[in-house]
Amino acid sequence: MATSALPVEHSEDHGAGAAHELSFVRKYIFSTDHKIIGIQFLIMSFIFLAFGGLLAMMIRWQLGIPDKPLPLGNLFPETMAPGGIMLPEFYNSLVTMHGTFMVFFAIMPLLVGVWGNFLIPLKLGAEDMAFPRLNLASFWIAVPAGILMMSGFFVEGGHSGAGWTLYAPLSADPQWTGVYAGQQILLVSLAVLGLSSILGATNYITTIVNLRAPGMTWFRMPLSIWSLFITSILVLLAIPVLSGAAIMLLFDQTIGTHFFDYRNGGQPILWQHLFWYFGHPEVYILILPGMGMVSDIIANGSRKPVFGYHSMVYALISIGILGWVVWGHHMFQSGMNPTLGTIFMITTMLIAVPSAIKVFNWMGTMWRGNIRFHVPMMHSVAFVAMFVIGGLSGIFMASTPVDIYIHDTYFIVAHIHYVLFGGSLFAIFAATTYWYPKMFGRLMNPFLGKAHFWLTLIFYNLTFFPMHSLGVQGHMRRIYDPSNYEFLQSLAGLNTFITMAAFSLFLVQFIFAFNFVYSWFKGKKAGNNPWEATGLEWSTPSPAPHGNFPTVPTVYRGPYEYSSPLVDEDYLPQWVKLDSDEPATES
Amino acid sequence: MGWFLPEGVTTFAARIDFLYYLILVITGIVFLVVEIGLIVFLIKYRARPGRKALYYHGSAKAEIIWTSVPAVTVIIIGLLSVGVWDEVKGRDSVPPDAIPYGVHGQQFEWMITYRGADGELGTDDDFTIRNQLHIPVDQPVVMRLTSEDVIHSFFVPKFRVKQDAMPGWTINVWFEVMVVGEYEIACAELCGPGHTTMKGRVYVHTAEDYQNWLAERVSAGSAE
Repeated sequence: MATSALPVEHSEDHGAGAAHELSFVRKYIFSTDHKIIGIQFLIMSFIFLAFGGLLAMMIRWQLGIPDKPLPLGNLFPETMAPGGIMLPEFYNSLVTMHGTFMVFFAIMPLLVGVWGNFLIPLKLGAEDMAFPRLNLASFWIAVPAGILMMSGFFVEGGHSGAGWTLYAPLSADPQWTGVYAGQQILLVSLAVLGLSSILGATNYITTIVNLRAPGMTWFRMPLSIWSLFITSILVLLAIPVLSGAAIMLLFDQTIGTHFFDYRNGGQPILWQHLFWYFGHPEVYILILPGMGMVSDIIANGSRKPVFGYHSMVYALISIGILGWVVWGHHMFQSGMNPTLGTIFMITTMLIAVPSAIKVFNWMGTMWRGNIRFHVPMMHSVAFVAMFVIGGLSGIFMASTPVDIYIHDTYFIVAHIHYVLFGGSLFAIFAATTYWYPKMFGRLMNPFLGKAHFWLTLIFYNLTFFPMHSLGVQGHMRRIYDPSNYEFLQSLAGLNTFITMAAFSLFLVQFIFAFNFVYSWFKGKKAGNNPWEATGLEWSTPSPAPHGNFPTVPTVYRGPYEYSSPLVDEDYLPQWVKLDSDEPATES
Repeated sequence: MGWFLPEGVTTFAARIDFLYYLILVITGIVFLVVEIGLIVFLIKYRARPGRKALYYHGSAKAEIIWTSVPAVTVIIIGLLSVGVWDEVKGRDSVPPDAIPYGVHGQQFEWMITYRGADGELGTDDDFTIRNQLHIPVDQPVVMRLTSEDVIHSFFVPKFRVKQDAMPGWTINVWFEVMVVGEYEIACAELCGPGHTTMKGRVYVHTAEDYQNWLAERVSAGSAE
């Protein structure tokens, strides 16, 4: 049965031939099919992505055109934006919730929830996840968590305004912000969402360890699966720390504990240690799956095996390990022991190395390739080009003395957006256009795809690159009104420019949204393998049927056999048996 | 605009700025090499009919080069940073002759406490001024940074000074300014609805002006 809690590999009644009819609700709403759950996560997180983007537009409005009322500003209550001009309290809520929604409800589910679900069984040759019911639960726990998070805007006192990092004591006591219910809602929502992530990660790890098809050895796994595997381990270890910290903070607010209250023996810095002990692995949770999927797509686009596959795997593993010992670099200026700062600086410098290895290997993959510029490839190349900028700007803040100056400025805002938008979101666009045919049986429109790609790339850079300059001039982040400061007044024009670029960036995303919906119904029909790719998911029809594979596939070779001299075509899929291949052995 | 830092006016500013520009040059070179390399590859190796890509899985030599070169580079940046960091923020970095001031952050103002006639901080004749820090030029000073309520961050951009004020802790922040003038103090850590209004001003006087100002202030008593 598909709903069995045991590994379902090889179960007789689950193949494509035994498509027992499920009701609409069981098939598309409360589905246990990993592909449907992946698509559900995709739609949910695109909605939250749009919402988070809308919050960003309001932030940019305030910074770029502060004296004009918001469009439709009269719809906002007096407590948010009287006369359409937003209050500082509301601005702080916007900043907080933009970060929270983007990190927890957009990028994280888009990478882990969507592609973890959709790709792992398909790429490993499994019929479904190891625990389909847990999978169903993980999605239907995430949805109410998101609705709960949104509800915080409608409660008395407004939504949390303590920043997505929730530094105590600001977040711990309503007397400092006037926010009480909103803050508590945020913490409960994060704890609930954490449960969803933990269920998902358990499932992914179990599936990868147990449900690989015959012949799919560890070092025949595509890098997308390797990256999701490492990511899932990070999720499983990091999220409980956040959940625990969130519950401690909730207790400080509600039942009078004093974990973070210095007047009663608590320590505000404890929050920062807990938060960043989660938060830095989280940063890698938000980029590793992108790195993995982009590796698959760059190999496909270049028609070449990934350069240095093994060192790519070891780089992923070393990021996964080093990611646990760098959290203090967020706290260089917090007043913690400066010697500790030096130690965290060195570990942080070291983590630049595996990232550099990955970039050079991607370039090595393109070197002497035969590059096809399909839309997923374009987004993947942009991922590399933008991630480099985000990685290099990280070296500035890794250097403790330079960080003194740029800490808490727009330099940091630029950095995080080069990693999370330039990196993760371009990877998400790449992956969505690449695997869309396997989801819906149709290709996304390439003309609309290219228009969206170029406009996004241009406006993205016009939005975020100048933020480096703001930071270099000392422009603090999270300030409602920069014109208060004499030294920031000359930057008003640049702020307006960034706002206009950001509005344009937001608007061109409608091209993508339109393409996504339009192609669902009208896109060109895709065959099994529209990209002439080598992974197992391309051996099965598009869209992939319930149970994924008509028969359990056997894997004969590594994941990136492009341009192999053994065949005439320039790709040799993992499932194709050549006369020279050894009989398959159980992996 | 651009990538140039505003003028730095403290004794250690030049060393911090040197590191910044060093990293800017190194990362700038890497940036150009990677981005230009990408563009060249995309043009040179674009798909053409009848051509097959090179079937090649990688090279251990290349991996060793692009593992070790970045590793050595970042370690060197790290080692160069350690000395500057220790000079600015190390536990023993405060010069013994630094004049102490109390800087107390609270929503949404900086309360600056000065030594009174007895020349000691923390005694009854101290006096406090809101949002105004008066200091002499060419003389090390040290802020005893505290907070009343939430985390604030004492930030004077041209001094290259930023330090969080952590509730419950007293953190020493020292600097020596070399240029007479007025400078803005910002709060760099989100501290509540009025965060954006939490600003103060540093008045850097010549030694003589500072003595005159102090004498006037002390004789007037702790007025504020």
